[in-house]
Amino acid sequence: MKILVCISKTPETTAKITFTDGDTKFNEDGVQYILNPYDEWYALVRALELVEANGGEVVLGHVGPAANDSIIRKGLAVGAHRAVRIDADPLSAEMVAKQIASHAATENYDLILCGKETIDYNGAIIGGLIAAELTLPYVSFVSHLEVSGSEFTLTRDIEGGVEVSKVNGPIVISASKGLAEQRIPKMKDIMMSKRKPIDVIEAVSTDPTTTIIKYSLPQGKQGVKMLGPDDMDELVRLLNEEAKVL
Amino acid sequence: MSVLVYIEAQNGKLRKASHELAYYAVKSAAILGLDCCGVVVGDCADIQDLGQYGLTQVEQLAPNANGDNMTIAAAVAGVAQAKSASLVIFGHNSIGKSLLPSVAVKLSAGTLSGVNSLPSTDNGFTISKTVFSGKAIATYEMHTPVKVISLMGNSVKPESSEVENVTINNSDIQIADGTIKVIETRREDGTVPLPEAELVVSAGRGMKAPDNWPIIDELAEVLGATTACSRPVADIGWRPHHEHVGQTGVAIRPNLYIAIGISGAIQHLAGVNSSKTIVVINKDPEAPFFKAADYGVCADLFDVVPKLTAALRKFKEN
Ligand SMILES: Cc1cc2nc3c(=O)[nH]c(=O)nc-3n(C[C@H](O)[C@H](O)[C@H](O)COP(=O)(O)OP(=O)(O)OC[C@H]3O[C@@H](n4cnc5c(N)ncnc54)[C@H](O)[C@@H]3O)c2cc1C
Repeated sequence: MKILVCISKTPETTAKITFTDGDTKFNEDGVQYILNPYDEWYALVRALELVEANGGEVVLGHVGPAANDSIIRKGLAVGAHRAVRIDADPLSAEMVAKQIASHAATENYDLILCGKETIDYNGAIIGGLIAAELTLPYVSFVSHLEVSGSEFTLTRDIEGGVEVSKVNGPIVISASKGLAEQRIPKMKDIMMSKRKPIDVIEAVSTDPTTTIIKYSLPQGKQGVKMLGPDDMDELVRLLNEEAKVL
Repeated sequence: MSVLVYIEAQNGKLRKASHELAYYAVKSAAILGLDCCGVVVGDCADIQDLGQYGLTQVEQLAPNANGDNMTIAAAVAGVAQAKSASLVIFGHNSIGKSLLPSVAVKLSAGTLSGVNSLPSTDNGFTISKTVFSGKAIATYEMHTPVKVISLMGNSVKPESSEVENVTINNSDIQIADGTIKVIETRREDGTVPLPEAELVVSAGRGMKAPDNWPIIDELAEVLGATTACSRPVADIGWRPHHEHVGQTGVAIRPNLYIAIGISGAIQHLAGVNSSKTIVVINKDPEAPFFKAADYGVCADLFDVVPKLTAALRKFKEN
């Protein structure tokens, strides 16, 4: 099997979120970056398991500048065989999906995996956009996946339950929790990852679709009202009369 | 030009999200000075309920048991073209997120998923959404003539105005056979799914053991709430994965979030801090969650939770 795993770079989960340039830009000062957890923990690891069982290779696909190679190396350390970096700043979901799709159209991937969403812009639609660009079937939020020949059996998370489906590949899926278990690379894997190839390809041109014009922080809480363990009638009254949520 | 909204139906009835979607779409259309139209797959017995938000037209697509998300999306895109829709709206849930991308590509549209505000046209077409898993809000300008967006649940409170009659038009557009065959759908009955729940009772490692959950279930039952949990308790298998809320779990914005024995780590808060009202029960006065709370009880949860359940039961009985 030849599998493409699309990976994104996101701020580390404890990163302090601040802005510059009159709140129009994310302040990257001192921010550590990680591989987006859904991509690394679930999409990539399930891809590796499939290739370990069936043979083949796992290719990482990333849209970003050369500075992101260190993030790509993390995915190579987890076990991907090689990577393709499309050399452009990721500007919007549409733009990233078009770049990945234009690369994938020239290769014969049996499966393209994305994480369910990124933990920075939380869009959750890139996989679907890639599938639509390539006119391939798309199954989102997959928490279980089996392959037999070219047939995939997939369990997909839906509100309050799951949906099981079958479809013939090639397909695009997005990975949610449960699809695989996170793998922590060993020192040897990290060393080896430095020798794995990252092919850099030129971006296709796209028109801008969306731009962020302003950031803000959510309104903080006014301060907490503390109650004693025996004041539960009072808490219920406050929830009903003050907060009006009952 | 018009605004088109995808109305979600399940088992012949409106899904709860459809109320908010219809209200939001009518409001958006008023801001943009456009007509508003809904699109629904299959018969929906209570569709007239959407008249209370001012929705007057719905295109109904005939269901196809062999259709899939790709062919439904193609049909919806067809309706959007027939209606010259410049804005297409989905719910930001498993249905909307699987249809939106395909519709957007078919319409060469720009997308924004998970919006939480009405659009504004004061300075181009602008609209906002939460980013960094709830840690910030970003306002976007959308440049494309056609825009496809999804609305985060519980973002606007639907208000009814004059009740209008909804005209249903059986669309000529067909849903083609698809390639994805759904072989089984399993749903847990009874409770409202977490992303749509207005009331949520959530518990964490402070519960000590999975056997202690009955006090949480009882509180949730009396309240009519959905249960959730922190990541570690899902990871160790005390609770199912779908209950895991936070930055790497489900992001929610209920009206009431009661956090029990959860410390309030930054990754947990990220997914829940858009909740309208937060109650924290924790025995550690230094627990970071108290800083994000509206109401706090600093005490042993095994003492407090049954007392809260009893107080709520008394309240419900009166
Ligand atoms: C990359 C990454 C992503 C993550 N994503 C998420 C996420 O999406 N969601 C998430 O929840 N976490 C996430 N985490 C984990 C997060 O950092 C915390 O470890 C986790 O939220 C802690 O869970 P907890 O509050 O249940 O447990 P703890 O931090 O152990 O807190 C238990 C709390 O219970 C209280 N307690 C104990 N006994 C009692 C009692 N008898 N009565 C009252 N209170 C009591 C304690 O005072 C304590 O505050 C993530 C971590 C990382 C590194």
